[in-house]
Amino acid sequence: MNNTANNSLKSRRKFLEDISRAAGGAVLFGIGLGLYSQQLKSLPAGAIRPPGVIDETDFLSACVRCGLCVRDCPYDTLKLAKLGEPVALGTPYFKARDIPCEMCEDIPCVVACPTGALDPGLIDIDDARMGLAVLLDQEACIAFQGLRCEVCYNVCPVRDKAISIDRSHNKRTGKHALFIPVVHSSDCTGCGKCEHACILEAAAIKVLPTKLAKGELGHHYRLGWDEKRKAGKSLVTPDLEHKYNLPEGTKYDYEKEGLIQPDATPFNESALDRLNKGRL
Amino acid sequence: MTVTKMYTDLGQEAVKNKGWLRAHKWLLLRRISQLSILFLFLLGPLFDIWIIKGSMSSSLTLDVIPLTDPFVFLQTLFTGYIPVLTVVSGAVIVSLFYFLVGGRVYCSWVCPINIVTDAADWLRRVLKIKTSLNFSRVGRYGLLVVSLLLASVTGMLVWELVNPVTMIQRELIFGMGFSWIFIVGIFILDTFVSRRAWCGHLCPMGAFYSVIGKISLIRVNAVNRADCNDCMECYAVCPEPQVIKPALKGGADRSPVINSGNCTNCARCIDICAKDVFKIKHRFINSTTSQHEVHI
Repeated sequence: MNNTANNSLKSRRKFLEDISRAAGGAVLFGIGLGLYSQQLKSLPAGAIRPPGVIDETDFLSACVRCGLCVRDCPYDTLKLAKLGEPVALGTPYFKARDIPCEMCEDIPCVVACPTGALDPGLIDIDDARMGLAVLLDQEACIAFQGLRCEVCYNVCPVRDKAISIDRSHNKRTGKHALFIPVVHSSDCTGCGKCEHACILEAAAIKVLPTKLAKGELGHHYRLGWDEKRKAGKSLVTPDLEHKYNLPEGTKYDYEKEGLIQPDATPFNESALDRLNKGRL
Repeated sequence: MTVTKMYTDLGQEAVKNKGWLRAHKWLLLRRISQLSILFLFLLGPLFDIWIIKGSMSSSLTLDVIPLTDPFVFLQTLFTGYIPVLTVVSGAVIVSLFYFLVGGRVYCSWVCPINIVTDAADWLRRVLKIKTSLNFSRVGRYGLLVVSLLLASVTGMLVWELVNPVTMIQRELIFGMGFSWIFIVGIFILDTFVSRRAWCGHLCPMGAFYSVIGKISLIRVNAVNRADCNDCMECYAVCPEPQVIKPALKGGADRSPVINSGNCTNCARCIDICAKDVFKIKHRFINSTTSQHEVHI
């Protein structure tokens, strides 16, 4: 009897030892793994998710890493992250400079996704927001040198909406125009065709994850002119005319004529007088 | 019976009694199953024949049938994400299948890592490696719990960042990255550190399938246990030897059905047994054939 009790005590002790060893090891391992996983929470700048991608955090919980989107991509744009790459293992992404998204009308990658990690509600590919193109290097971009290029503008599938060309003055020559490509986040799908087509050795325009590329206005901000338009009238009492501390008899108009001297005496013959008035 | 016999003459008596082919029948069938499943996945990328698309995490067969690994799916659920119908039905189909044929049939008939760990076990026997380090067989359940907890705490499929099983399957099908390091690692672990360390002690995926297979229908049955001559060879080849004893040596009042969810239904015990003690049956066959003859 004593022996059996002893034995059961021993086996219970062994069992408890076993359990605590297993639990200890598993917990330690879990902590390490949990910390490691935090590094992969944000996508590296060069990696773009497929069209229809839901919020990155949700995506990392929804995607089962099956590769069906990769298989159904007709242009071999999408890849699955391999071990050693800085993207969460097994998840799909593409590098715009290598192969950009061709924005298929039937969006086969989204149709293929079995989990909803790529939102099946995306019907029109123009509504995709894979990332946002940003003209990052204005020193290298030849449009800023006054040269005609506009390749990024011309390859853009949503041309004139996602990228437009804004003209401005060429200060270097003093008489020509600069034709500057400007990206509009309201319409840019992040397909990356601009980055792919950029004629430079390294692209001046790059697609970035939207979160990285976009700023966000403080939520309390109200733009006066927007509010005025919405309300149909000015919502504040108009400012009093600003009083400048100017030489007697002169006025200053900020946006139009600058310094105005309404009572300027007509020029007389004295050269010194003309000089003092700044006119010759 | 001596211990040395276990390492050198393993299976020789079975080969003598039944012929080489019958003594390796289930082993061969398993290898064919593992390789042809992998081959089916590779038919598409290699020869543009798309019978099955995707990977073993989730796939689409003949553009109709969705199949999803229920363990990966469960992790997704634990993150709090509510998935769409396709992946749910895929996971249900696969779960039902393993519920019928035995949960860990996944491990021994599908998972390519099994080939690696079987090879490691073979090399261990050939080189007569004996190591005293033993992982706890409960450890895998610990890792299973941790993998699900991590998913729920971080909201990510954290285990899938390091899961060697899905990683190797995926990289075999989609192009090799560095996951071969994990293959080498598991091989070294199983060969030189501890017997059957990965599949039998650590892998949470195997633990998950053990749970699915806890009450599954198809079972190995020590139906002719009265014929057992205590050669111990089944214990030597079994990846989970602790599951055999209750069925084989449990006494007349114990069922001959191997009832543990840890049994992988690999049927290597059937191959190796010179006395044909084991058969594959469904779980409700509880009587043994020759038992009463012996008792009479």
